[in-house]
Amino acid sequence: MKVALFVTCLAERYFAAAAADAVRLLRRLGCEVVFPEDQTCCGQPAHTAGLAADAREMAGHAVRVFARVADCDAVVAPSGSCAAMVKKVFPEIAGTGRAAAAELAGKTYELAEFVVRRLGVERLGTGLAGRRVALHHGCHGLRELGLDREARTLLEGSGAEVVPWDADRECCGFGGLFAVKFPEVSAAMADRKLDCAPEADCIVSGDPGCLLQMEGRTKARGLGAEFMHLATALWQGVADAPQ
Amino acid sequence: MAPGALPAASGRTAPSASAASSPPPRPATRPGDYAARSRRIIEETPEVREAVTDATLLFDRKRRSAYAEIESETWRRWAEGVKNHVLARLDHYLMEAEARLTANGAHVHWAAGAREAQEIVTAVAAGASARTVVKGKSMVSEEIALNEALEEAGVKVFETDLGEYVLQLLGESPSHIVGPAIHKNLEQVQRLFAQRLGTSPGDHPDALARAARDLLRDAFTSADVGITGANFVVAETGTVALVENEGNIRLATSLPRVHIVLAGIERLLPRLSDLAGFLQLTARAATGQPLSCFVTLVQGPASAPGDDGPEEVHVVFLDNGRTSVLEHEHAWQTLRCVRCGACLNACPVYRQTGGHAYGSVYSGPIGAVLDPGRVGLREAMPLPFASSLCGACGDACPVRIPIPELLVRWREEAQEAGLTPKTERAALSALAGAATRPRLFQAAARAATRFGASRAGRALPMLGAWRRKRTLPRPSRPTFRELWREGIE
Repeated sequence: MKVALFVTCLAERYFAAAAADAVRLLRRLGCEVVFPEDQTCCGQPAHTAGLAADAREMAGHAVRVFARVADCDAVVAPSGSCAAMVKKVFPEIAGTGRAAAAELAGKTYELAEFVVRRLGVERLGTGLAGRRVALHHGCHGLRELGLDREARTLLEGSGAEVVPWDADRECCGFGGLFAVKFPEVSAAMADRKLDCAPEADCIVSGDPGCLLQMEGRTKARGLGAEFMHLATALWQGVADAPQ
Repeated sequence: MAPGALPAASGRTAPSASAASSPPPRPATRPGDYAARSRRIIEETPEVREAVTDATLLFDRKRRSAYAEIESETWRRWAEGVKNHVLARLDHYLMEAEARLTANGAHVHWAAGAREAQEIVTAVAAGASARTVVKGKSMVSEEIALNEALEEAGVKVFETDLGEYVLQLLGESPSHIVGPAIHKNLEQVQRLFAQRLGTSPGDHPDALARAARDLLRDAFTSADVGITGANFVVAETGTVALVENEGNIRLATSLPRVHIVLAGIERLLPRLSDLAGFLQLTARAATGQPLSCFVTLVQGPASAPGDDGPEEVHVVFLDNGRTSVLEHEHAWQTLRCVRCGACLNACPVYRQTGGHAYGSVYSGPIGAVLDPGRVGLREAMPLPFASSLCGACGDACPVRIPIPELLVRWREEAQEAGLTPKTERAALSALAGAATRPRLFQAAARAATRFGASRAGRALPMLGAWRRKRTLPRPSRPTFRELWREGIE
């Protein structure tokens, strides 16, 4: 299966190692991974800010970039939020490019979604055996794409114990522009999550934005929690699996 | 998305609401202060955040388990459909309701705006020589600032919902549609009642409720007029339905000689059989109950002396901006709202501050999509932006109002109207301009990431705000693109 990686802005610049782990994971699962280098931003910041024309232009660019990848079976993003933008919003805002946008939307996946739903893989290895992790569900993956079990399935399918967290489905307070327009409210939202986070080796999320928010707040408050992108956790999970 | 055949705009106006719409009285607080007020609430009154968080999490948990007991998606789609049907034929159902209410012996009044509504109510109160009014909880009465108008006319007003009563003693406005005093904790109420009602400072909530009840019983028996809102008005039968858990509405609708109902023009249901479904779904959404403890159905005044019920029933239908909301391409969907508060309980943004931060009668997610249509987008700014778009509100709404989508629509209108800060717009548009030119985009992103990580980056308006509350992460060196070019093993 040929997969084009949609790395997303924040993963490219803040979670590069995790994005590389996503590539390793996909290859290990038998995929050929390509990376169209002229990809940029999905346009979600513009869309949620209400800049419709800008968002349409950016969506159009992404549609064209991935349409140029020959024989591409799937587009995979290490971000539920950006994947939701492509899958749910692109077809609505595409205007005249609706057919091409719908085609891209139909073959775009968040990483765990792709592994579980498209590849049908639920067990990766035992690399996370003995590890206790708390899982944060990113809002857009959870509510727009309905991904409420995929990441958990794969973490458990790598030997990890996913510990209960009352606030695991609550928003971390990132929300793009929201976080900078209303920093106190946004920080209070992160605090609510962090203050009830369970004892765990690390907090895992498939969304770079949520990780930046929660980790940024953790450090600002001098707390001790560790964070890990889902792609890195899953790559560690397959580490001792047969090639 | 819009229902098939919306009647012409003129046909949708309430039948005799011909007088020019008067502006609502200016509220003491404004949405424009949201940023400052939310910051102040979080930093200076942490007990508000604590009380609101505890209460909303409890309500939301109860709502979710109450939804799980039924095929909630089917119920919600049904309720959405009924409301859409009503909104597409609002003129028809309003006239049917007027005819049935009148036939039942009720007086029907039409108010285009807040001032007319105030005048109608104060005139009815004067006609009844009213000196005391007991009120059930009513958001419409907040919308038209009724208490102030009645007090000015020399009428003593008693809020009889316990939470509303607490707020009346404090001179505060409700901070939640269903739980108006949700931002108060037990200790604050204990202190208040000890000062004002003579209870002991450590009294159990039961004792506090008893003290309020004793006082309010006297008000109920001496009041000349009872004023309530309306959860639903059934067009087919002219029935006004009210839901509550305290019994105060039952008393306010049955003891005083005159009962005045305040209803937004969108409160209608076509048939009595629709009511059965809405009563259950609304209770599940609002409080997680299968049905509220009290359901009061008002079917007009007592038909003969000595019969149960008030001597006069007046129903005031209020437009107050709703007709223009109905005409809006997207916002009309907010008129499905049944005022259950489920979106507030589900909202992690609301949870940090409670309703007062919003500076509007209707707070939280529903207020942020309702107010731009009701009072004007300029007046409602920046409320459509006061959301992380997490989507929890949309999933909670019993009538499936697509609140996150509507928030984005209002943001688009705000951008088009130039109602957002120029620096923000420029920064985001620059990003868009570069995003279709990959090399420029990479160069700009590299510069922004480096600059953001530098000391000078603090001066950037958006990054500065980020760094006020969070530590900026160290950028990846190398970036993914560089890793890819080196070859990922």
